[in-house]
Amino acid sequence: MMVGSEPIRARESGFLRDVRSVAGRALRQIPREPASVLPAVVVPAFFYTVNLGALENLARGTGGFSYKAFLIPMAIAFAVTGMSRAPTLVTDIQGGYFDRLCMTPIRRTALLLGLMAADVVVIVALCLPVLAIGFAVGVHFATGAPGVLVFIGFSALWGLVFTGLPYAVALKTGSPAAVSATFVVFFPLFFLSDAVVPKQALTGWFAAIATYNPVTYVLAALRSLITSGWRVGTLAEGLAAMAGIGFVSMSLALMALRGRIKHAA
Amino acid sequence: MTDVKQYEHRLDGRSSPGFSPAQTAIVTTGLVRRFGSVAAVDGIDLTVPRGEIYGFLGPNGAGKSTLLRMLCTLLRPSEGRAVVAGHDVVDEPQEVRFRIGAALQAAALDDRQSGRELLTLQGRLYGLRTSEIRTRLAEVLDLVDIGLAIDRRIGTYSGGMKRRLDLAASLMHNPEILFLDEPTTGLDPTSRQSVWSEVRRLNSALGMTIFLTTQYLEEADELADRVGIISEGRLVAEGSPDALKRSIGQDVVVVEAEGDDPSAPDTLRQLDAVDEVSTDGRTITIGTSDGSSAINAVAIALSRTKLVVKSITVRTPTLDDVFRELTGSHIEPSETNR
Repeated sequence: MMVGSEPIRARESGFLRDVRSVAGRALRQIPREPASVLPAVVVPAFFYTVNLGALENLARGTGGFSYKAFLIPMAIAFAVTGMSRAPTLVTDIQGGYFDRLCMTPIRRTALLLGLMAADVVVIVALCLPVLAIGFAVGVHFATGAPGVLVFIGFSALWGLVFTGLPYAVALKTGSPAAVSATFVVFFPLFFLSDAVVPKQALTGWFAAIATYNPVTYVLAALRSLITSGWRVGTLAEGLAAMAGIGFVSMSLALMALRGRIKHAA
Repeated sequence: MTDVKQYEHRLDGRSSPGFSPAQTAIVTTGLVRRFGSVAAVDGIDLTVPRGEIYGFLGPNGAGKSTLLRMLCTLLRPSEGRAVVAGHDVVDEPQEVRFRIGAALQAAALDDRQSGRELLTLQGRLYGLRTSEIRTRLAEVLDLVDIGLAIDRRIGTYSGGMKRRLDLAASLMHNPEILFLDEPTTGLDPTSRQSVWSEVRRLNSALGMTIFLTTQYLEEADELADRVGIISEGRLVAEGSPDALKRSIGQDVVVVEAEGDDPSAPDTLRQLDAVDEVSTDGRTITIGTSDGSSAINAVAIALSRTKLVVKSITVRTPTLDDVFRELTGSHIEPSETNR
């Protein structure tokens, strides 16, 4: 085999190129497995429509606000929470491809960050149908077009900070069932918040839990962009809530990555 | 089982053949890997010069894959040292990774990518530029025959094609040393021959050092310049296939017999022409320096026992005979479609 006068040899690739390479592979797989994202399109549309049909008149009687707008963050949360490439990572671990990647000079964190970068792209794409439904039923953003962009950015950040959990479980267990089960964590976080019913209508223990639930503040930040205009304090509280959840979930993911490769040289 | 320690003297002077560091591809010193209290690899000293095909032969569970994973930086040694391509696998794993390629036991591929996508990604992760990836794709595909299937999803490939693609992936960055973990396990005879031929071409055309593990005697015999035999995590013998076979005598007489006579082996051992006797069920294996002379004496001696001889054959020793003499057991492949 001719290899030219100077043989081509391996060299440093660069961290960003590694991240792009891993993300590119993950994104190429999505159209080949539409079933992996289809529920994230259908389920939010279903919940949005059902909740709107069942509760809009009731909500109108309690506060005179647009329930159509109020529910958009709920639908977004359903679309983007837990949307990750963690099942792909499990397949790689079980099939040995993760070992092949680990034998290359790729930086170990790029293996994780590349998948998360792909997740952000998918999450942004999943926001679009939900927003399209909202616009179709007459929802308007008080913050205008820039607010829509910030809304998508917040949604992407929320989706991203939650991905740490399924990645941590994927790396720790290598089990697809365990990864699927991480969505269960989302349910108490989500339903013990003001996702479906306005905060002022909550009472007793439920109101107390919702007050301390970080998801309440993430949803409030998203909602403020639609209904209230630019409220810096509300947005900052939403960011702080995401930072808290992100710190925990990303720490778990990085610890699991370290644990997965700690026996390597 | 025979205590393998008594044979360790055979390794003296052979595990360190006196190559200079520049000539050496792989050196291990007292390499150990424990899983809990079990030592899967238990003090292996190895020197593989550049340009050699080294076959690491042993049965399932002997420690072959564990050793290979340590040499490929996938597993940290519990004790000892391994230097691959001039770099310590623990202190400089990145330097090692730049210089090695590996195809692990199960073809480590992603079924959802096409062959071309997988090889391109492999090239990118090794820092190759787009034009270099194009060049290497052409070169690697010239060497490893995948044909038009390169643009198909890997999930549609046969087992043999997956193995060849796995080999191609391990070659994308032009490694100095290629590790192959049981490269033909599970393959049909045609695919096996094809992999062997590719391994020989890589070694002869590029001078690539190849370290392969195998449980197939024929594979080690056909491919390897030198063979290391591993049993229970320890290297029990090392040398060229011919030298290893010569080390247990010139010929082997194999007797298939029915009946029960516990004194028969001792009767055979008393014959001048017989060096060594072992039994395994209905098979008696006899080591001798001259098979054609021994066969008559063996037949006559057995006619005086209670055994009914069904067949007597003479053959040259195999590496399995070497393994049996060293460990008291056979190398038994886990699958039989050979």
